Amino acid sequence: MDSNRTGTRTMTYIEAIRDGLRTEMRRDPDVLVMGEDIGGDFGGAFKATQGLEAEFGARRVMNTPMTELAFIGAATGMGLMGLRPVIEVQFADFISTGFDSIVQYAATTHYRWQAAVPWVIRAPADGGIRSGPFHSQNPEAWFVHTPGLKVVAPATPADAKGLLLSAIRDNNPVIYFESKPLYRSLRGEVPRGDSATPIGRARIARAGHHVTVITYGEMVRQALIAADRLVPKVTVEVIDLRTLKPLDRDTITASVRKTGRAVVVHAANRLAGVGAEIAADLGQTAFEFLDAPIHRIGGLDVPVPFSPPLEDAYRPGADDIMAAIRETVAY
Amino acid sequence: MTPLPDELNIDLHYWMRLTRTMDDQLVTLWKQGRGVGTTFNQRGHEAISAGAGIALAPDDVVAPMHRDLGCYLVRGMTPRRLMANQLGRAAGVTRGRDANLHGCGDLSLNLIGFISHLPQSMPVALGAAMSFSYRSEPRVALTFVGDGSSCAGVFHETLNLAAVQRAPFVVIVENNQYAYSTPLHQQMAIDRLAVRATAHGVESRTVDGNDVEEVYRNVEEAVSKARDGGGPTLIEARTMRMLGHAIHDGAEYVPQVLLDEWKARDPLILHEEKLTSRGLVDHEYLARVAEKCREIVDDAVEFAESSEWPDPGTVSDGVYAP
Repeated sequence: MDSNRTGTRTMTYIEAIRDGLRTEMRRDPDVLVMGEDIGGDFGGAFKATQGLEAEFGARRVMNTPMTELAFIGAATGMGLMGLRPVIEVQFADFISTGFDSIVQYAATTHYRWQAAVPWVIRAPADGGIRSGPFHSQNPEAWFVHTPGLKVVAPATPADAKGLLLSAIRDNNPVIYFESKPLYRSLRGEVPRGDSATPIGRARIARAGHHVTVITYGEMVRQALIAADRLVPKVTVEVIDLRTLKPLDRDTITASVRKTGRAVVVHAANRLAGVGAEIAADLGQTAFEFLDAPIHRIGGLDVPVPFSPPLEDAYRPGADDIMAAIRETVAY
Repeated sequence: MTPLPDELNIDLHYWMRLTRTMDDQLVTLWKQGRGVGTTFNQRGHEAISAGAGIALAPDDVVAPMHRDLGCYLVRGMTPRRLMANQLGRAAGVTRGRDANLHGCGDLSLNLIGFISHLPQSMPVALGAAMSFSYRSEPRVALTFVGDGSSCAGVFHETLNLAAVQRAPFVVIVENNQYAYSTPLHQQMAIDRLAVRATAHGVESRTVDGNDVEEVYRNVEEAVSKARDGGGPTLIEARTMRMLGHAIHDGAEYVPQVLLDEWKARDPLILHEEKLTSRGLVDHEYLARVAEKCREIVDDAVEFAESSEWPDPGTVSDGVYAP
């Protein structure tokens, strides 16, 4: 793809991720990708890195043994030396195996001795695809709670590419949560070439007057479905957070002050999730503007179950969001 | 074994003496109540930290740990900055952010700071080594861990990855007999810790960590091998932690007979005896070096104690890189 050409192309969410990786690897020889099963013709469990080794060679597309603590730590060492590794952890669920390397070492380094650690972890997250307790998790709250990390979660193909570009160029460790259910089911227009989405800025995915739904990842799609079904009785403003750390608190507050109602949604379990911080923040910044209690929707406080009826009972969707909106608007 | 060149041996002596003097001063400060938080004792580790540090080229990268004061000094970190860090001052290496020797990294000196979760420096130093391979640079990364660290999962993960990558990487395991209060026989069921590397396809050797010439020679060989594309090496350097884990710890759990045995082989005294018996230096010289080190450390203490505390208004500064 020629970065000088303008315009967009239609692609799936996962094609946009691959396009983002390729764009940065062509632009910057210090960018490399590493992880389990990502090399060769195989190109990763989800094929996000397919074709990259053929173009960039095994030096820049590095297959690793099953050693998350070691290869995430190694990425920190590479970052200290000025490289920009992009790590794939195969499933976000497996990120816990590298926890010390992320939250103890990488996240604290700049504060302690002013050395930048510019890496990205791509974490294929989220469920709804019948993958059971260890291939469906949304562990973003652990990392939002960790000083020194940035956390992003794209909801569209354009942002899947744009946030990846920004994450790779950022001089800090960034956890990039990609949504597996969107990989091949969501298509969208993606700008050609260099199209970075700034970290720290939310997007109004849909403008509305009666209620604000604040969400991210696959739940943006669910919120938009819910909003469509409620027209014309209720017009819903949907905020796609895009970045979970640092949160774009100004955009959230401004919208809720306008609509007077807030529904906070995520697929991750609700207890002590990112939504709790948002709701608590709105309780201070929009209290006098609120016409109804802030409603929170999230996964249940149980491991993600496998069987379809159980997973559907666990996981929020458009129907739950509609019900919450109705309740909030009727208050 | 042929001795090292005279000049190098005299240099090694200086850094070991400076390390000992500063460590003794830290013990004194803390016993007098002038310390902040805790401090980690160095006694017994001087030959390993100084000997390995000197074996590296300036472009090489090293990630020392809390018993490697000698390595920080050899690499050019000043006693003033180190002492200010021990006392939590703004002029310390971490500007009051991290304690004692923790986090004392400085990329301008090719020093990587460590965290308490040993051996987390291992994969980080390996990553530095992998970056040298990536860029075809003739550089080496070295790190230090302890016998306790060698039981941790990340130790084995890192050796495995280092071997697969054939990285220019050297690990020194400072086997000082105790992980805090736990003796070796409660930590592992092997006699020679270096065999752990064999399982991963990493060459290893066991050396006398109290003989600075032996430490230097072995590290230098491992570093040269790594630089020439020969891959990683693990060196088990055997010594004894002569004081407690940290300043608060009287280490009553260590049998006196073990301490007596190792005290007779004090790495600094051993080296001084070598230098005098070879006729390289006399006792007057040794006294002069001790005096010079005393002055340097006194200056560092005066500097640190009179330097500013960090401004609480800066508590949130520097969490993120610009």
